[in-house]
Amino acid sequence: MKRRLPDPVEAVEVTPDLERRAERAERWRGFRLAVPAYVYLIVLFAVPLVLVGVYSFASRSRTGQPLLHDWNLDSVKRLADSAFLQIAWRSILLALLTTIICLVVAYPFSYYIATRSERTRNVLLVFVMIPFWSNFLVRTYAWKVLLGADGIFTRIGEALGLWGQLLFTMPAVLIGLIYGFLPFMVLPLYASIERLDWSLVEAARDLYATGPKAFRRVTLPLSRPGIIAGSILVFIPSLGAYVTPDILGGAKTTLLGNYIVNQFLAARNWPLGSSISMAIMIVMLLATVLYFRSGGRTL
Amino acid sequence: MTTGRDRSMTTRRLDRILAGHSALVYLFFYLPLAVLVFFSFNDSRFANRWEGFTLDWYRAIPKDQALMNSVKNSLIIALESTAVATVLGTMAALSLERYKKWLGKRTFDALLYLPVIIPDVTMAVMLLIFFTQINQALGLTTIILSHIAFNISFVAIVVRARVSNLDPSLEEAASDLYASRWKSFRKVTLPLILPGVLGGALLALTLSLDDVVITSFVQGPGATPLAVEVFARIKRGVTPIINAVSTLMLVASILLILGSLLIQRRQGSATRGG
Amino acid sequence: MKRVICLLIPMALLAAACGDDDGGTAAEPVACEAGETDGNLDLYNWSEYIDPDLIPAFEAEYGVSVTETFFESNEVMLAQIQAGGAAYDLIVPSDYMVSIMAEEGMLIPLTKAAIPNLANLDPKFTGLPFDPTGDYSAPYQWGTTGIGFAYEALGEDFEPSWAVIFDPDPSYVGQISMLNDAREALGAALKYLGYSVNTTSEAELQEAVDLLKSIKPAIAKFDSDQYEDDLVGGEVMIAHGWSGDFFFAFDDTDGWEDFGYFIPEEGAVAWVDNMAIPRTADAVCTAHTFIDFMLDAENGAALTNYNFYASPNAAAAEFVDPEILGDESIYPPDDVFERLEFIADTGAFELKFQDAFTDVKN
Repeated sequence: MKRRLPDPVEAVEVTPDLERRAERAERWRGFRLAVPAYVYLIVLFAVPLVLVGVYSFASRSRTGQPLLHDWNLDSVKRLADSAFLQIAWRSILLALLTTIICLVVAYPFSYYIATRSERTRNVLLVFVMIPFWSNFLVRTYAWKVLLGADGIFTRIGEALGLWGQLLFTMPAVLIGLIYGFLPFMVLPLYASIERLDWSLVEAARDLYATGPKAFRRVTLPLSRPGIIAGSILVFIPSLGAYVTPDILGGAKTTLLGNYIVNQFLAARNWPLGSSISMAIMIVMLLATVLYFRSGGRTL
Repeated sequence: MTTGRDRSMTTRRLDRILAGHSALVYLFFYLPLAVLVFFSFNDSRFANRWEGFTLDWYRAIPKDQALMNSVKNSLIIALESTAVATVLGTMAALSLERYKKWLGKRTFDALLYLPVIIPDVTMAVMLLIFFTQINQALGLTTIILSHIAFNISFVAIVVRARVSNLDPSLEEAASDLYASRWKSFRKVTLPLILPGVLGGALLALTLSLDDVVITSFVQGPGATPLAVEVFARIKRGVTPIINAVSTLMLVASILLILGSLLIQRRQGSATRGG
Repeated sequence: MKRVICLLIPMALLAAACGDDDGGTAAEPVACEAGETDGNLDLYNWSEYIDPDLIPAFEAEYGVSVTETFFESNEVMLAQIQAGGAAYDLIVPSDYMVSIMAEEGMLIPLTKAAIPNLANLDPKFTGLPFDPTGDYSAPYQWGTTGIGFAYEALGEDFEPSWAVIFDPDPSYVGQISMLNDAREALGAALKYLGYSVNTTSEAELQEAVDLLKSIKPAIAKFDSDQYEDDLVGGEVMIAHGWSGDFFFAFDDTDGWEDFGYFIPEEGAVAWVDNMAIPRTADAVCTAHTFIDFMLDAENGAALTNYNFYASPNAAAAEFVDPEILGDESIYPPDDVFERLEFIADTGAFELKFQDAFTDVKN
């Protein structure tokens, strides 16, 4: 991949030995660069993860303590319960819908920002994030006002005759999730569109004549890393979201996020909470790995 | 960027549509914020009934020690964890995208994803268990360490979206040009990936300021940040004093950003002039 | 990958060995004298649960400083104390949580000689089921779970019954809020059906589930945090919730004319929050002194006057605002009190409650 051009002045004969050594040095550099994060994540993530992972096989004491001497698979088996699968399925649909809408809204938006002059670009980007430096809870309460009986969204809906009060319904949850996770889609999309090689887009314009075709054939594939990263950053957190659904949706249907939190808190059933979490992580990781195996590209 | 591009009618029309769309998106972003700011002046402790204008909530801020303390904690936690996570996350992203397969790369790749995938509460419980097992007293340190742990991954994901497909020939030319690797990184690679790094840092900062679940498990006496403080106040109802604090923080960050832009502009013209 | 797994397996075993809790060894009592202090106090309390003037008063009187930290759920606090990493000196767990923590050996037995003001307690609040000997906790404040309402919905003349929620009038259907808590929501249904909130009968629980499911369309939301705001703000007309929260909201909006609260005649849930000293405490004697300070007649009354929850402190009565003292929904008469029930930890049956509530919401 990384081929050194022969130096025109002082041509060195490239022997296999030299190449191998250069390659080894290169690998070593790559490894060294990753070491700090690697070590950090092993100590502060992998090890703690194992500590909680073992609880998947524990049982719950009468008072809600996880007991480890009584190893069993009860909690793991409960993952096959139809009630649980129903909750999981519902959450996946909601997260998927959130991701798709975020992508559709964020792409043209990021494209617009990325094609401004450099200074404007940075300002526009920072102004995307500023609202999210206010407090999460009061932000959500503000949405409650907007979606409530006298809220502007309700007024608009009633004026158009399309919808009534959205607060405490699923659409309200969806709006809240999109609001919360849209920046997660914008950031990586912006980062990858801003870097596009515009001469390629130009060439495509000349080649395909129509704008949409050039977009589909060149711009879109080139910004794929951003699309993938953004989708991951939106899909996964919205799968686990629970405060927004509780406040805006009225907590009338259980979602995966509430269910897990409930196991760790109200039910004090750490074994079940742990096994659900482990299952989610394994499924997600496998899905990503399979995706990249079949797609043949790393992020 | 746009020079030499075909400025046809359709392009211009498309640009206008995009501008309109973006304006709507910004409206969507700032609409709840307008509500939030509006109710910070509300003469009632409830956020859903307008009872008249007052500045009392702003006056009450300096007197609310717990609140002031939590804002200070939030800033310390957010800035420190963002700085560390941005550096580590960027290095991780470069290593994964720019270097050939090194031993353990696959495992690292997977490990880097897990903090994004794991449910908040599970990460909270595991870190709590971990810190107590190693006898680390709960407090600011444990909060910062935890925030770095999840932020590294978020930074890395955003930076990777930027680094992949970067034209490697530029860097090679640079390493031929500059003797030291560090210099070629600083002069060529960093400017190229900077938008990604900036995006990653912004995301990390936001996540740190917003985190409630993990922080509430690993916090110790007196080390509560704002987000958790607000959550604890839910029981009695969150008063507009939180809106007032949020408003002040928004104003401060906007001023900070405008200020730094001004300085940048002045420096820019100074170097050009000299 | 293999390498990492090899590395992690010993860790897992280590965790299994260390993390295993064999029911908890009981913490030893600490000898303290009345008024003794042994360091600054780290207090872990519910937010806005203490009259802001009381802490400076304590600091001035005893020359120690108090750091207040807040928790928003009994369970997060339990996890922290259980793990043993947080060195709080005094915590304020609710009733059922006291019994769990005491059973797990997480609480230091109180040295009663260091708390002379225990004598101020109303006999009704000593020897409660969650701490029959009073060895582990001293009651802080108590209240009931009932129904807050808008007069607009119920009128002046109505039956104070759970039927307000479970057999709702069409005029306020869809404007009812219920607590987002398995034990409370199902408890309300159980009370309406005439059963105990601490039932361990699956058949009774199932009846409660069916009842809740049948009225679900009438319910706007399950919420334990903002129902009182939404009641006075007009988003809901009927709200199932904790007494003091309603009064706090009515008082703040001058809403006493428009809104009310009642304890349903079928009986309801009563709860007590309690002061207790966790095993991890450093300043155990300061904690005792603080408990004694809070059980003082005037200080106990100050709490009630501040947050409208009733005081378990009999001696405090003379300092409590007469309007609060005379309010039967804050200080219920004996016949109502007898119909109140504390939520008790039902052990393994607890999971049935949780699953039942998930079932209601599915």
